[in-house]
Amino acid sequence: MASTLADPALPPRATPARRRQWTTILRQAASLPRARVGLALMAFVIGVAIVGPFVTPHSPTATIVAPFASPSGGAPLGGDELGRDVLSRVLDGGWVLLLMAAAATALGVAAGTAAGVGAAYLQGRWDAAIMRTVDVILAFPQIVLALLLVSIIGPKLWLIVLAVGFSHAPQVARVMRSAALDVSERDFVKATELLGVKRRRIMANEILPNLITPVMVEIGLRLTYSIVIIAGLAFLGFGQAPPAANWGVMINENRSGLVLNPWAVVVPALLIALLTIGANTFTDAVARVTIGVDRQAESGALADALVAVEQP
Amino acid sequence: MSPAIAEHEMTPGNVRVDVQGLQVRLTGTRTDVVDDVSFQVRDGELLGLVGESGSGKTTIALTLLGHTRRGLQITAGHVMVNGTDMASASARELQHLRAAEVAYVPQDPASALNPALRVRTQLVEVLQFHREVVATKGLGDPSARVGQVLEEAGLGATPGILDAYPHQLSGGQQQRVALAMAFALQPSVIVLDEPTTGLDVTTQRHVLDTVRRLSHSYGVAAVYVSHDLAVVAGLVDSLMVLYAGRTVEIGRTADVFGIPAHPYTRRLLQAVPSPERAMTLQGIEGQPPHPTRRPAGCEFAPRCPLAEPACRVSTIPLVSVSAGHVARCRRTELTVGADDRRPPLVPAVQVASADTLLRASGLHARYGSVEVLHGVDLTVGRDECVAVVGGSGSGKTTFARCVVGMHGNWTGEVSFDGDILARLAQSRRRSVLQAMQYIFQNPYTALNPRRTIGTIVEAPLAHFEPSMPRSDRASRVAQVLEDVSLGVDFRDRYPDQLSGGERQRVAIARALVVSPSLLVCDEITSALDVSVQATIIELLRRLQAERDLGLLFITHNLALVRSIAQSVVVLHEGRVVEAGPVETVFERPEDPYTIKLMEDAPTLASAESSATPVEHPPQPLGNV
Repeated sequence: MASTLADPALPPRATPARRRQWTTILRQAASLPRARVGLALMAFVIGVAIVGPFVTPHSPTATIVAPFASPSGGAPLGGDELGRDVLSRVLDGGWVLLLMAAAATALGVAAGTAAGVGAAYLQGRWDAAIMRTVDVILAFPQIVLALLLVSIIGPKLWLIVLAVGFSHAPQVARVMRSAALDVSERDFVKATELLGVKRRRIMANEILPNLITPVMVEIGLRLTYSIVIIAGLAFLGFGQAPPAANWGVMINENRSGLVLNPWAVVVPALLIALLTIGANTFTDAVARVTIGVDRQAESGALADALVAVEQP
Repeated sequence: MSPAIAEHEMTPGNVRVDVQGLQVRLTGTRTDVVDDVSFQVRDGELLGLVGESGSGKTTIALTLLGHTRRGLQITAGHVMVNGTDMASASARELQHLRAAEVAYVPQDPASALNPALRVRTQLVEVLQFHREVVATKGLGDPSARVGQVLEEAGLGATPGILDAYPHQLSGGQQQRVALAMAFALQPSVIVLDEPTTGLDVTTQRHVLDTVRRLSHSYGVAAVYVSHDLAVVAGLVDSLMVLYAGRTVEIGRTADVFGIPAHPYTRRLLQAVPSPERAMTLQGIEGQPPHPTRRPAGCEFAPRCPLAEPACRVSTIPLVSVSAGHVARCRRTELTVGADDRRPPLVPAVQVASADTLLRASGLHARYGSVEVLHGVDLTVGRDECVAVVGGSGSGKTTFARCVVGMHGNWTGEVSFDGDILARLAQSRRRSVLQAMQYIFQNPYTALNPRRTIGTIVEAPLAHFEPSMPRSDRASRVAQVLEDVSLGVDFRDRYPDQLSGGERQRVAIARALVVSPSLLVCDEITSALDVSVQATIIELLRRLQAERDLGLLFITHNLALVRSIAQSVVVLHEGRVVEAGPVETVFERPEDPYTIKLMEDAPTLASAESSATPVEHPPQPLGNV
């Protein structure tokens, strides 16, 4: 029978044998227009944040024009409340914000996923304990929770990262629990249980890899929330100390001069918006690609036919 | 020409369905899913559309309702239903035609009926929406009509049925409600999409009887879609066999089954197990061509034993075999004469050792406080295959799950190789877990979609023999993949790149890699096409002989039992009603339930006699 299968007369059915799933997912995602738009937006804002500090025309803390001066040759985006160059401050004020947002997101998604998968798979007391804790934390609005922690211990940057990350965890846990509940019911998990494999390994090796889609969605969503909350905390005065440039701080500092020099508020706000939209669009595209694999596993025999039809 | 002359009509009825040159393509591409399909159905005639997954049978059936699934488009041909071309009808016209002129009975009534509405509400709704039709056809008062049509569908119009919500009805009752809904407006055409899949044989039998009775008494033209040849054999008047979106054979049912002219039809029939005889099932190796990679010439040629170079050149026309019986094959003169249709009998397997491998005694299993198994006794010999058969709800799957330790709420004793087993797998010894392997029903959920076939098959080995060097493990994996006829190059693929049959082979390989002595197979072929099922059954038979495996084979399909097992245990409502060697139980069943199961099991035999003699030589038809 093996020889029949290897018969060269048979048309090749599957794609080439070696296939790295991640590269495939990213390649397929990259073929979607929304992924390209998202990537371009993210690349632009991240580029500004990374390259920016090295190309500032002036020191971001030096006063060079009149407060809220209109754009001029020396200061293309005008001056801020203290007459500092808005362009230089925009270029310099992104990287700390982005770094903090990324760290908080990673922390929040990791903690939330662990809690959610644990609750879903271990069931019983674990489920009850984890999810009731989550419910209690969820009762506080995220920003209030972060503010509470920061106001108790003080506005340290690591603490803000920790607080924002921690405030994401319950929401991520809720989503991941329901996704993991579905996966834990599948037969391949039961098959592994029947071998007597440890539960920790089952969660890590069998369940987690099947949660790529919701994890991607959560990363995109939580990244945007992180940026907004961290910028919001900066706006409220918790974050980097005053002379340092920061997009969130800039919006706060300069809103009183919105009519005089709108650029000082609009540009940092626009960059935050572009990044948020970009991150969301891109992760949405990745989710769309991975969902095909998951759906196929669920719907049984019909899937063969449908996949044959849907993916020529 | 008409593809079939229904036997009960001396005066042929009007042509109600006339499909000519139908082509369905993926929207915006030149990839066709269905091409060159033509057929007619007359009043009172039942046409069966049969084919395996992906053959286009449902796509064709849905065009009769003017519907195509998302991403598909009718690109050529016409689909005339009662004089209206459904392919070009507007959405508004379709709204009026559906249910009134052409009705649909779905595969899964549980998901087709609205779970939030009572049966009465749902049925009356259809009649109220088509008020003018009810008036024109003189169907009378809606609620009276509902009672009447439920009565006809074999359900009493009692408040118990009318006021029930769908979930309160059994699967068979739900399907009758769906039938009643379809017949309520006395449509002239009815499309039935595998309406008995998922029902057990007795219920299936009753639903099929209802379908036949209603179709004949209303004189509707009915199209019955099915993958199950045995089901259509006793039901339809004429039959169209589809392969890769093409008609490969069409004719009177007796002719197609009696003198199958297309090699695909012949191979398909050889793959169908029979409860009457222990056949060696012959599957069809390979897979249907992908819609984007259709071969030139005959689509079946790459898998066809009779194919010659000329078959691969250009599109094969339909050829007449006898009156009203045509096939898309150049070599029908070879097929119609040959007598290879009856597959050989299974050589009797000698169960050498009287050694008991697995013994269950007095097994009582519960779900919560409900007892579903009431003292089941069963033994499996060391190299024996024992089949456990029963209808849905008989407790056969629960039994398997108790044995492997997946379901823990049971009492009684299960011993394996002399050891008394703990209830749950977690508390059993590693050697037991290794020696007893379980294969799941659904190969689509049994493999982790994120891991390669190689890692999936290697996992049990890595778990049970962690000290084994990587290279040894790799060669064991390669060996076992060869054993299940997949080959080493499958190692780096992912489950979503495999067909259902290939996935089930991977599941078998995963079980075999740790050299178990007992395989527990829970309905492992029920999600597969019949030609694939045959290859899996033959694989298991070969492995059983080669490796001295004990098999506990759970199935609802009596016919399969005959082809694989040496002993059979019949379960009914959680009790063993009959047990013994397969030959004895099948030839001389004693328990009334066993006898009923045998009677209700659909077989091909009914359709194989009374075929029309073939014309010699077969005549080319040109464009049919």
